[in-house]
Amino acid sequence: MAAATFNQNDDSVVVIIGSGAGGGTLGNELAQKGINVVVLEAGERHEYTDFVNDEWASFTQLAWKDPRTTSGSWRVSKNFPTLPAWIVKAVGGSTTHWAGASLRFQEHEFKVATTYGRIPGANLLDWPVTLAELEPYYARAEEKMGVTRTGGRPGLPGNNNFKILKAGADKLGYKECHTGNMAINSIERDDRNSCQQTGFCFQGCKWGAKWSTLYTEIPKGEATGKMEVRPQSHVARIEHDANGKVTGVVYFDKDGKEQRQKARVVAVAGNSIESPRLLLNSASPKFPDGLANSSGQVGRNYMRHMTGSVYAVFDRPVHMYRGTTMAGIIRDEARNDTKRGFAGGYEMETLSLGLPFMAAFLDPGAWGREFTTALDGYSNMAGMWLVGEDMPQETNRITLSDVKDQYGLAVADVHFDDHANDLAMRSYAYKQGAALYDAVGATRTFPTPPYPSTHNLGTNRMSANPRDGVVNKYGQTHDIKNLFVSDGSQFTSGGAENPTLTIVTLAIRQAEYIAEQMKTKAI
Amino acid sequence: MSEHHAHRERQAGVSRRVFLRRSSELSFAAAVTITAGGALLNASEAWALDVKGLPPQTMKTLILIARDIYPHDKVADRFYAVAMKSYDEKAASDPATKAQIEAFVAGLDTAAGKGGYAGVGWESERVALLRAVSNSSMFETIRSGLVVSLYNNPEVWPIFGYEGESYSKGGYIKRGFDDIDWI
Repeated sequence: MAAATFNQNDDSVVVIIGSGAGGGTLGNELAQKGINVVVLEAGERHEYTDFVNDEWASFTQLAWKDPRTTSGSWRVSKNFPTLPAWIVKAVGGSTTHWAGASLRFQEHEFKVATTYGRIPGANLLDWPVTLAELEPYYARAEEKMGVTRTGGRPGLPGNNNFKILKAGADKLGYKECHTGNMAINSIERDDRNSCQQTGFCFQGCKWGAKWSTLYTEIPKGEATGKMEVRPQSHVARIEHDANGKVTGVVYFDKDGKEQRQKARVVAVAGNSIESPRLLLNSASPKFPDGLANSSGQVGRNYMRHMTGSVYAVFDRPVHMYRGTTMAGIIRDEARNDTKRGFAGGYEMETLSLGLPFMAAFLDPGAWGREFTTALDGYSNMAGMWLVGEDMPQETNRITLSDVKDQYGLAVADVHFDDHANDLAMRSYAYKQGAALYDAVGATRTFPTPPYPSTHNLGTNRMSANPRDGVVNKYGQTHDIKNLFVSDGSQFTSGGAENPTLTIVTLAIRQAEYIAEQMKTKAI
Repeated sequence: MSEHHAHRERQAGVSRRVFLRRSSELSFAAAVTITAGGALLNASEAWALDVKGLPPQTMKTLILIARDIYPHDKVADRFYAVAMKSYDEKAASDPATKAQIEAFVAGLDTAAGKGGYAGVGWESERVALLRAVSNSSMFETIRSGLVVSLYNNPEVWPIFGYEGESYSKGGYIKRGFDDIDWI
């Protein structure tokens, strides 16, 4: 069946803003249940054959480059003041760019207030949902995405960068090291290729081997005849009626013309920077602080994961850039063990950048021989990413900037300061990463600072009590029952794990809830 | 997409690349087109004869400054010349830019004393002169542009052992993704 087209005055549709892990998945899940869906995506539609194996050219093609501003003491604000996040503006959202690492949260990570206790400066809260409740949905997400080493699917083969990681892990006595739980086909599956070890996961997989909503959820949803995806549709604000129910959205089309789409339900899935920006930009006389913001928590508790990288140079060739970028993980440090001097844990995952991005990100702003001799060792380099739980802080937040975008809309300012716990974890993780490479003969290691954020979380968080957060356990806003949040901004805390699998899991569960609520006419 | 297409575009004897520039590390606000003439790539010191907007000695010093900022002994001058070519072109069309560049180079020449910046024999001594001006906006503009324009040139990648695009070759599944033999 051909993709549907819906009338803008059709107020029976569910409007989803964003087509990434949350929005793209929710759209397909609803369409499969026979519900009419309009997905509004700010970016263009590039099919996977259009992707380019070239870091800067791909960045130009896919990245969100509309203006944003930054503040706070994080180094990103100094080195990349207008680029707080490295995420995507295109159909498929950041599922075009992500590396594919798909890990379930650990049980304690849903109960951080209970587990970690009071940590000064941290706005910790338990999730209103438990791992046990999510397990069946995690299993469905893994099946949908074809996650390796789950459901009987084989792991990916290890590349050179993994072999170094594994040898170092063995020397340090780490027990849980493998080629990851990856939403990348290790065998042909779901009418998609298997991984050809091309090494450009971040630039969009030209084989379609890595799961992306662009070529899975979206065409499947469209094939039902119940889902329409409108690219280059930048939503400016969500509208509501006198009773405070949302009625539709106003957006700018590809020609910059204002359009209005009516809706029965609106789901916001624009990521943790754009989603709160949209709610704040939708302020009205009835909701002067923005939609769904009676708690004052919209935009607050912005998390970006504790991150950092360690690169190491050896006396012999590695060619780390060959093969699947992130198919290598050590999970031993992901546990909560405060004896290390911090709450929560972190993952160690293989990572590689090409020469152009290595030059830009290894030590931003650096120059001279200390820097260039590092790049001279590029072909002998191995690398890992450190990704762990960061503390939610009320003052780390998205606010509306004085800067306006091409539509005259206030852009997002991203304010971030590291918490002492984040700093302690990063410093420990750098030491472990360097020790691992030293153990297998590294001649030099580089503790590389965080890149512009790829994991953006927490700015419309879930809470049991409406006073503490923006949405309930189904992502439904506490204040407006036909307004939902469907992306990583729902996260009450960040966990140590790459967030996409959990975003997809929540979207599958949310689709069931929305369908049931629509059926019973509760919304 | 237009930048992307431009990136791939090739004309006779001229490879055109679009680089992305911005106030800081990532520079995409103003796209800078770097055009490398064939003569520039072939003849030694041809860049000094090829200038359009800057005096040859200024261009020569600018190229040395580029090397001193990101020194790679295995990377030939012509790659630094290509990476800095945009300043010559901008100077040709924009008198304000021309004056800024000339003032920057003249300042370094003065600080260097007799023989100017290019006459200082040791890299460490030239780097000391650069450190003294490293907080200036002109230095930061040059450095942040260069970190893209030097390293985004596919012709320098083989010098670093980076192989670039791999999809057209079928990825690395049969070309050594796991060929490490010493670990």
